[in-house]
Amino acid sequence: MSQFVKFTIDTIECMATRGQYLVDAARENGIFIPTLCNYPGVKPKGSCRICTVKVNGKLMTACTTPVAEGMNVENESAEINDLRKSIIELLFVEGNHFCPACEKSGSCELQALAYRFKMLVPRFPFQFPYRSVDASHPKIIKDHNRCILCKRCIRAITDDSGRSIFAYRKRGIGVEVVVDPKLGKQLTDELAQKAMDICPVGSILVKEKGFNVPIGARRYDKSPIGSDIESMQISKI
Amino acid sequence: MKTGVQKIVEKYGKDKTRLMDILIDVQTEYGYIPHEITVQIAEDLGMSEVDVDQTISFYHFFSQKPTGKYHIFLNNSAVANMMGRAEVAHTFMKELGIRFGEVTSDGLVGLFDTSCIGMNDQEPAAIINNQIFTRLTPFRVKEIVRDIREGKSIHDMVVADYGDGQNSSDLIKSVVANNIRKIGPILERNFKPGQVIEKITKMTPEQVIDEVKKSNMRGRGGAGFPTGMKWEFCRNAAGPKKYIFCNADEGEPGTFKDRVILTERARLLFEGMVIAGYAVGADEGILYLRHEYKYLQAYLESILKVAREANYLGKNILGKKGFNFDIRIQFGAGAYVCGEESALIESAEGKRGEPRDRPPFPVEKGYLDMPTVVNNVETLCAVVKVVLNGGDWYKSFGTTESTGTKLLSVSGDCKFPGVYEVVWGFSVNDILDMVGAHAEDVQAVQVGGPSGAIIGPNEFNRILGYEDLATGGSLIIIGHNRDILSDIVLNFMEFFIDESCGSCSTCRILPTLLRNKLLKILDARGVKQDIDDIVAWGKILKASRCGLGQTAANPMLSSLKNFRHLYEKKIQKNKEYDSGFDLGQAVKESCEATGRVPNF
Repeated sequence: MSQFVKFTIDTIECMATRGQYLVDAARENGIFIPTLCNYPGVKPKGSCRICTVKVNGKLMTACTTPVAEGMNVENESAEINDLRKSIIELLFVEGNHFCPACEKSGSCELQALAYRFKMLVPRFPFQFPYRSVDASHPKIIKDHNRCILCKRCIRAITDDSGRSIFAYRKRGIGVEVVVDPKLGKQLTDELAQKAMDICPVGSILVKEKGFNVPIGARRYDKSPIGSDIESMQISKI
Repeated sequence: MKTGVQKIVEKYGKDKTRLMDILIDVQTEYGYIPHEITVQIAEDLGMSEVDVDQTISFYHFFSQKPTGKYHIFLNNSAVANMMGRAEVAHTFMKELGIRFGEVTSDGLVGLFDTSCIGMNDQEPAAIINNQIFTRLTPFRVKEIVRDIREGKSIHDMVVADYGDGQNSSDLIKSVVANNIRKIGPILERNFKPGQVIEKITKMTPEQVIDEVKKSNMRGRGGAGFPTGMKWEFCRNAAGPKKYIFCNADEGEPGTFKDRVILTERARLLFEGMVIAGYAVGADEGILYLRHEYKYLQAYLESILKVAREANYLGKNILGKKGFNFDIRIQFGAGAYVCGEESALIESAEGKRGEPRDRPPFPVEKGYLDMPTVVNNVETLCAVVKVVLNGGDWYKSFGTTESTGTKLLSVSGDCKFPGVYEVVWGFSVNDILDMVGAHAEDVQAVQVGGPSGAIIGPNEFNRILGYEDLATGGSLIIIGHNRDILSDIVLNFMEFFIDESCGSCSTCRILPTLLRNKLLKILDARGVKQDIDDIVAWGKILKASRCGLGQTAANPMLSSLKNFRHLYEKKIQKNKEYDSGFDLGQAVKESCEATGRVPNF
């Protein structure tokens, strides 16, 4: 069996290493598949569903699907794009997202994707749920209003013996990501910063520090999300 | 308390994959899981507090607050409501002086809602301290509350005769009735325990798989995957150990056939698990049993004990060297999504019942990352008869696409609710006739539970089978006196909201938004745009990971497809937009409190 496989994304011929996840394979071919819950180096979970593509006509998440020889992937169709836009809108109405007042504005992936998909007003009614802010931990603030429940922090950050510091609580619409009362107090500066950086939105913030980089000079202020990947394709041509 | 918990944790070898068992024992012993016990379990198992908490808070039957000495879980399925649940619920509240979700101030009784408990043929029904009470009436509720106040034991509270068959055996002693209305080749008693195990000791595992493949049997849980193929995949998968799971988490509202099999044909089922184990090369079987059926535990354990004594289970079964297989029972704790095979495996590993991403499939990487077969209760019973009589024999029943028979759980507005074993290929009309419902009295039939479809009389000629109307077996018959939207569809949407695991954004958020649309329409505030939104939004759910999420809009989409006039009747014809917000209603309370009149 060859180490490489050939497949297509929106009829563009691509090549990747066998077993690679579709989202990574696409990136290497200069094609951007939007993600929110996925994070490089962290076991994929397929929970936000933003990276949904059609593989041979079937809806699959690109972050959890390994590439296979001859796959036909639909990524940029009107149907898929509207599906992704609707998921972004769902996440906006589920929580309380007030971008202008958020420390992560400009480096927030949810906000960046909303711009990419040209979201103006969500088609869904805002739920304005009552959510609390947990500032009981010495190093971090967990703002439940902004949490999109992507599980990045849960999957990426554990203590030395593999115990969870962040975890889901409850189920369904009541799910929340909570911080372990004991381990949260022992969080190192390094892990606290990692938690903040890995959070795609502004739900985990390091205390006593803010606006180090001014608004306007932040990551997605400079170049839109996905543009770095897509520029690879242009240079390839 | 501390040593008690330690004992429980040690009973399960301080193994964190047995967290479900540990929590169930704690819940049973203390009536709830106090915070200090959560902390202690976490310490004893080398986990963090939130690790334990995430499992506890996922399951309906785990509580972090006291639930009362007597805890009453009253079923709130659609059929329970059809059979008079509202009055029963009202009487419980009145007699106890509490609302649902509360415990009496003396700590004696807790009253809770719960999703379908598998008693749709004898509703309204409740679970009180793990025992089932069926056919409740307001009078019966008063008796129960009186008995509770007198401190009677649960068994002393039973006034009716015990149910038929094994329900009245010493180890069950339950008022549950089997309601077996029709027996076919699978339920027929022409089988002697051990008979087929003896037969397979003279066959190779491949021969067993070939026989099952020859039968063209497909999984009876609903997805319909060919059973023989599943076994072959697992047999060929690499792994030092393999597992057979029996999925007895039947949670689809309206389904109760597995309850009857477990009560009356447990030997057949366990024999099927042994056969599956032999075929795929597994030496351990796990019966994942829904918590609602805890009342069957002692009985099922006794049958396993007898099977061990007869060497149908254990080492070198019936003298065949290396043929080892044993079965343990793993209880769930109240989560419909655990009926999804990968969620079931997660749950059996002590975790939240969140479905896994596929690939890998459980046959490659399942329980504890080992190759695992998950089969439905009915499937495992059928394979015993397949191996006994041959694949060709099985194929002689049913249709080409749908071979064999299907157990139907029939409930709702009919004379004879219960379990029927029928060969595939009958029409819905035939079934209505069989269960004592005149087609002209029937407004609709819900086929396959909330995740299935609601069909009207113009489709009653459709045929039950994989080629036309596929079903896991639940049929709910809905008479003309029911309001489909408020009695059925709303109830089913609430069900999906309650039972979503919350992992996928789509299934976590959308069912609530769709339910709110339905409430708006029922409130006479709907407009045509709302109907269009329901159709468009419902499609988004198809991007969810598992069957629960993908079908969570089905109650609304399928009723809209087949009963669109019911929606159209309720919307405002002369209005294009309505926010659904009623300012007068919103300020009513504050106006009353301040004695002011709204000035709109």
